[in-house]
Amino acid sequence: MKAGRLKQILLLTDGCSNYGEDPVAVAALARNQGVTVNVIGVLDDQQRGEPQGLQEVEAIADAGGGVSQIVYQKNLSETVQMVTKQAMNQTIQGVINQELQHILGERKTIEELPPEQRGEVVEIVDDLGETCQLEVLVLVDSSASMHHKLPTVKEALADLSLSLNARTGSNEFSVYSFPDSKHTITQKVAWTSELSAMHGIFQKLSSGGYTPTGPALKEALYAFSKKAIVRDEQGVVDPYEETGF
Amino acid sequence: MKKPDFNLAAGTTIRGKWGHHVYHVVRKLGEGACGVVYLCQKNGVLYALKVGTESSRLMLEVNMLKKFSKVQGVKLGPSFVDVDDWIVNNETYPFYVMEFIEGQPFSVFLKGKKKEWVGICAMQLLSDLEHLHRSGYVFGDLKTDNLLVADSKVQWIDVGGVTAIGRAIKEYTEFYDRGYWGYGSRRADPLYDLFAVTMIMMETVYPNRFDAQKDPKKTLQDKLKSAPLPSEYKKIIAECWRGKYHSATEMKEALGQVLMKRAQPPKRSSRKSVQTDASEWGEMIGVSAIVLAFYGISAWNLWL
Ligand SMILES: Nc1ncnc2c1ncn2[C@@H]1O[C@H](COP(=O)(O)OP(=O)(O)OP(=O)(O)O)[C@@H](O)[C@H]1O
Repeated sequence: MKAGRLKQILLLTDGCSNYGEDPVAVAALARNQGVTVNVIGVLDDQQRGEPQGLQEVEAIADAGGGVSQIVYQKNLSETVQMVTKQAMNQTIQGVINQELQHILGERKTIEELPPEQRGEVVEIVDDLGETCQLEVLVLVDSSASMHHKLPTVKEALADLSLSLNARTGSNEFSVYSFPDSKHTITQKVAWTSELSAMHGIFQKLSSGGYTPTGPALKEALYAFSKKAIVRDEQGVVDPYEETGF
Repeated sequence: MKKPDFNLAAGTTIRGKWGHHVYHVVRKLGEGACGVVYLCQKNGVLYALKVGTESSRLMLEVNMLKKFSKVQGVKLGPSFVDVDDWIVNNETYPFYVMEFIEGQPFSVFLKGKKKEWVGICAMQLLSDLEHLHRSGYVFGDLKTDNLLVADSKVQWIDVGGVTAIGRAIKEYTEFYDRGYWGYGSRRADPLYDLFAVTMIMMETVYPNRFDAQKDPKKTLQDKLKSAPLPSEYKKIIAECWRGKYHSATEMKEALGQVLMKRAQPPKRSSRKSVQTDASEWGEMIGVSAIVLAFYGISAWNLWL
């Protein structure tokens, strides 16, 4: 099996959306377009008790076919790479499960195979995770309550590219922040394979009290399709565009 | 990230769906990121049984265990015994069974021991790593949590991080990860494990570990400077970080030289001799015997 291209949106936020369309619906749309949505809810290290407004985190990721996790700032680096890798595996497994059903003609998943065969299939999944191309669009909620967390976010993203660039497959990242009064989201880092030297990317930030997570996700999705168009115009052949494989 | 949300009581029977083997739970041994490990017994033999929910992760571990139960005649990690599914309350839980390693956690073992043991354990690890690296793999998630000491020999138990050389390290823990400290990539090469060995040595004197702070490299250098470790070890650690050692073998040899030197019997005239008591002597002899065994030299030749 040949490794394809996986696309993910990684949303980093610390609260509930309060403006515009429902982010859960947009996430479902993204999934349908072959883009997985992962969500990480970032808590203050001092924060205690049940976090408010973060129920949405799980709902968005579920709809987006991705992985969600709520973490304290200090664990952000570990979590960002874990969530990304787990979502990759999840997507690949999903594709393999479809193949299995195709071949075996019945509803069968990897988990239902006898241990011997399962052992072989997980190696294939692992290989694909190592070799596939990955595109991650990072969408950072930069509303007022997130401001003091942004240095940690920056570190975590540098760490993410360190982890993923250790793979055989290639990676591309871009970073967007929201809200932006004119365009909903602002591109902070153009598509690149390195997220290590991002100086001053979160400097000029708006401090409006609104969090348009849904519209921001939709813009991120557009940004993805724009990228695909640019790629097509450059004549890059990508037969696996549709499903990611 | 999910763990099975059950706690199996002693006496619970775990029956395999495919192989029909039956295991009886004795007690819980520990818990990890992807499963719970129980001490079990079957036909009077004790085993370690790991049950989880993440089938694929468990299967990858099984594949590794199978591969490394024996590499070139050397045992690296617990032997593999069985893999199966357990159905309970209409839920299927994958599990695997391996050899039970009856040992002490690394940190417990080192408590109250002389600092030589830090070097000896590091050497033992490096010897096993030599074999692993030679067969084309890197341990990856090398950390004290994954080490048990049985019969004065360090053994690793969790092979979940074992990664083919050239690939992305599968699992790591920040404190032991060279990437976290700014000392290189997370691509598997033998030196990745050597770095983790130095961090295990550091941890013996910083049991609570420490964070990278603003400048990871500087933090680490400062911590090394003030570490209450023998200066010869500190030198080797620093050299490892500087990239002086290109293989487990090279680092092992450097450590071996230091250990051999320190294992010499103290001279009557030295001021230390006053404090040297019988028990310390006994340990010294034990220490040198192990070191010499590493070199395949008979201890008697030197001592008599
Ligand atoms: N073969 C064994 N013999 C004795 N004890 C074992 C064995 N395997 C595991 N244990 C015990 O169970 C604990 C958890 O096991 P293990 O580290 O394999 O879990 P894990 O899910 O892989 O953890 P993680 O991936 O978070 O490191 C260990 O710390 C150890 O105490």
